[in-house]
Amino acid sequence: MSRQSTRSTDSRKVSQELFTLTYGAMVAQLIKDYESDDEVNKQLDKMGYNIGVRMVEDFLARSNVGRCHDFRETADVIAKQGFKMYLGISPAITNWSAAGDEFSLIVESNPLTDFVEIPEKHGNLYYSNILCGVLRGALEMVQMEVKAWFTQDSLRGDNTTEIRLKFIKRLEDALPAGEE
Amino acid sequence: MAEEAMFEFLHMELVSYIYRSVENKDQDQCVSKLEHLGYRIGQSLIERFTKDTPRFKDDLDIMKFLCKDFWTALYKKQVDNLRTNHQGVYVLQDNRFKLIQQMATGKQYLEYAPKYLALPCGLIRGALANLGINSIVTAEVTTMPACKFQIVLQKT
Repeated sequence: MSRQSTRSTDSRKVSQELFTLTYGAMVAQLIKDYESDDEVNKQLDKMGYNIGVRMVEDFLARSNVGRCHDFRETADVIAKQGFKMYLGISPAITNWSAAGDEFSLIVESNPLTDFVEIPEKHGNLYYSNILCGVLRGALEMVQMEVKAWFTQDSLRGDNTTEIRLKFIKRLEDALPAGEE
Repeated sequence: MAEEAMFEFLHMELVSYIYRSVENKDQDQCVSKLEHLGYRIGQSLIERFTKDTPRFKDDLDIMKFLCKDFWTALYKKQVDNLRTNHQGVYVLQDNRFKLIQQMATGKQYLEYAPKYLALPCGLIRGALANLGINSIVTAEVTTMPACKFQIVLQKT
């Protein structure tokens, strides 16, 4: 009996670990392919963008949220539903800018970085940079152009991990020429 | 429950990246790159997974573990069919393999399936390697999304 219950929690853990290990293997491959940490960061962002563009559809299908009316609502949905659903964590939303177009997500425990240590020579690497790309790609599909970047990263020695998200502009659907 | 989706998305993008990052003439290297990545992942994964599991009795026991517990943990279902010739060759058949399930049903996109099976082959090979078995794992798809993994155990 008890063996069975440990199996089910094991199973979920293994799912999470499969993802973590795959991500680690991928970053290792990227580091081998590219010489500079900046290039790797850029590639991670690009890959995150590709993932985010598809993931937002999956998210909307699973969560059934309606349209967000302002950026604060968007922030709430991202932190409380998006991150919760896919990574099982709930980052805190803080540091709103005066104009209400910029905020920070504080991530306490990042599942991507289980078992990870970054050696000294890769000090410029933002290991979880894929998250910035995912946010950028997902929000672009719902008509928001944003900029996402890491301001603190616990893998680099900071106290916590902080992602800053800035709203740039609303994207209008571009109609193909001749269909106006 | 949406956590499996994360792995699927990541895997798709990983395959895409590996193919993007090589010249046209080196495309065949991609499958082996992906397989090597899968190998590393499989090794680590099986270590974590079988931490508290009692010792396996024999090869067949290991294969059964692979088909039931390991497969369920990775793909949320068991292998549908396990065949063996009792001489070191095992064929695992999964009629709805998770990673290619969303792509097609039937014969469409058949030529793309191997790209997405390279990493899972490596996963199996890595898992077996850390359980003490050397093997060669190949996959074949005749009808999407069913696929067969053939494992040939190497006698030391």
